[in-house]
Amino acid sequence: MGSTSSTLLKIPNVEVLMQETGFSPAHMIRLHDRFKALDKEGRGHLCPQDFGAIKELAMNPIGDRIIGAFFCPGKETVDFHTFVKILAHFRPVDKNRPKEPNSPEPINSRSNKLRFAFQLYDQDKDGKISRDELLKVLQAMLGMQVTEEQLESIADRTIQEADLDRDDAISFEEFRKVSPEILHSRCFIKV
Amino acid sequence: MESYLFPFDSLICMLLGISFTVWFTLLLVFIIVPAIFGVSFGIRRLYMKSLIKLFEVSELMLSMSSLPPTSYLHHHHNPALFFPPGIIAKEPLSLEQEIQDMRRGGAEPEFDMSDIFYFCRRGVESIVDDEVTKRFTAEELESWNLLTRSNYNFHHISTQLTALWGVGVLIRYGFLLPLRVTLAFTGVGLLVVLTSIVGLFPNGRMKSYLSDKVHLMCYRICVRALTAIITYHDRENKPKNGGICVANHTSPIDVIILASDGCYAMVGQVHGGLIGVIQRAMVKACPHIWFERSEVKDRHLVAKRLSDHVADKSKLPILIFPEGTCINNTSVMMFKKGSFEIGCTVYPVAIKYDPRFGDAFWNSSKFGMVNYLLHMMSSWAIVCSVWYLPPMSRMEGEDAVQFANRVKAAIARKGGLADLLWDGGLKRGKVKEVFKEEQQKLYSKVLVGSSEDCSRS
Repeated sequence: MGSTSSTLLKIPNVEVLMQETGFSPAHMIRLHDRFKALDKEGRGHLCPQDFGAIKELAMNPIGDRIIGAFFCPGKETVDFHTFVKILAHFRPVDKNRPKEPNSPEPINSRSNKLRFAFQLYDQDKDGKISRDELLKVLQAMLGMQVTEEQLESIADRTIQEADLDRDDAISFEEFRKVSPEILHSRCFIKV
Repeated sequence: MESYLFPFDSLICMLLGISFTVWFTLLLVFIIVPAIFGVSFGIRRLYMKSLIKLFEVSELMLSMSSLPPTSYLHHHHNPALFFPPGIIAKEPLSLEQEIQDMRRGGAEPEFDMSDIFYFCRRGVESIVDDEVTKRFTAEELESWNLLTRSNYNFHHISTQLTALWGVGVLIRYGFLLPLRVTLAFTGVGLLVVLTSIVGLFPNGRMKSYLSDKVHLMCYRICVRALTAIITYHDRENKPKNGGICVANHTSPIDVIILASDGCYAMVGQVHGGLIGVIQRAMVKACPHIWFERSEVKDRHLVAKRLSDHVADKSKLPILIFPEGTCINNTSVMMFKKGSFEIGCTVYPVAIKYDPRFGDAFWNSSKFGMVNYLLHMMSSWAIVCSVWYLPPMSRMEGEDAVQFANRVKAAIARKGGLADLLWDGGLKRGKVKEVFKEEQQKLYSKVLVGSSEDCSRS
């Protein structure tokens, strides 16, 4: 009957959320507070401008893409449920999780993390990273610091190395193969 | 029937009369007279000690409930670095190290598709918790100080605690608030009247002497009006004429706190209303620097007026807050270089408030001035420490920005605040493109720098 449980009860469907995402009650409260802090007008959901107001995100070269990852196609708002589920991708991998054959893959599995990164490249969501899409990401990350030719040569080289079925695009499987194993240990934040 | 009421009437009048007289005498003797002479009976410190005991009692009550005990950080007299517990344990590695870590050791540092993870992670980290937003909201307390406004996670715990809180409300709003409002009016009223009177004197040593005394007295009354308990450190470094005093900014009260211990020339924009009246009165007694709204934009004009003032050694040191806006006293943000370009001695001052007794931070987007003052006057007290740092001057080969950063670092270190590169103007404005370019530059160095090595071999 302490204050922890009463705050927890304010979050709708919190049990289900904790089950799906693997966040602890303390994390859920923190994230809920953060959600409310970002939702300055108290509407109960976030829109792209609320994310844009985070200064550190605005200075991130791929900030816009990250914001886009939170919004399902067609939707213009993010509710707390979706917010937490997307952040769950970045939880450290649970090493001790038993491998049950029938349970769905946890959100923070290596595969799902890679899928998240893949989506940052694949903006038209056709399942492949085309040369154009790769170029756009390179432009975002490098800006004016390198010439057009250098960008194109980097893109060409990358596709050459990764593209195994020679369709001039990188599919998710090919993306997986070129991503280092050690990736999952860097792709997490300690919440 | 009516004749019965008369004796009671006169009795009540007599009682009221007596209590008012007693009240005002106490006020005069214990508060106003000491303020005039700059002495203290030590009542406020006694009050502070009893408040600390009170908080310990409430802490005990909290721990007796089913909650896990919260750690009670005694950061009151300890200027050690206090970082509020954030959600993120951010890895403090640089971009180059991170990217090299991500690729297997030995792999050539060329573009790798997984490099995107570095930016992705940073982005998500900032969504969960970012350095800037949390500086513009009130600092979170480790344990509850019995004020509703700092009640984030400490909801109804027990009836005892609620009763204690209730008594606190009665004391604060019933006794302290009226007392403080009276004092505030007295202080401000005296300031306006007395400075106007001093203004009638001819310019000279007598006038400066009187003006100093008048200013100090009125500010001291205002300090008591807020029940501010201030500890000054290193007073030998107090600012002297012909210099500029810079300090970190948390609230408009900073001015009162510094000006009750020394005489400064204020800088600011001309306002209308009550503040305008005060400004006009003050400038009659001694030269303060008030700018019209149109003049504020003209940087050369501002710089010229400041340097003229500083060149005249008979004028008081200028008090400036280079952050330009109120920060919540957990960090020091970027100093605007204007005051550092003038080329005179800079006297840095660090101000650190103790948030347990009352939060002095003015969140101007949430609260207006009147609301803020009401909050201030109904808190327990304002407890703060002021450190006067040794004077600094611009060194050879240092430009204004580097000098400003050096001063900022010294202030942050002394006050136990985090030293941030961010611009306080970010509270209202957009991030400049230049920050994004910085990120891009760093990343391109990792790639292009290495490909140059490749082409050479």
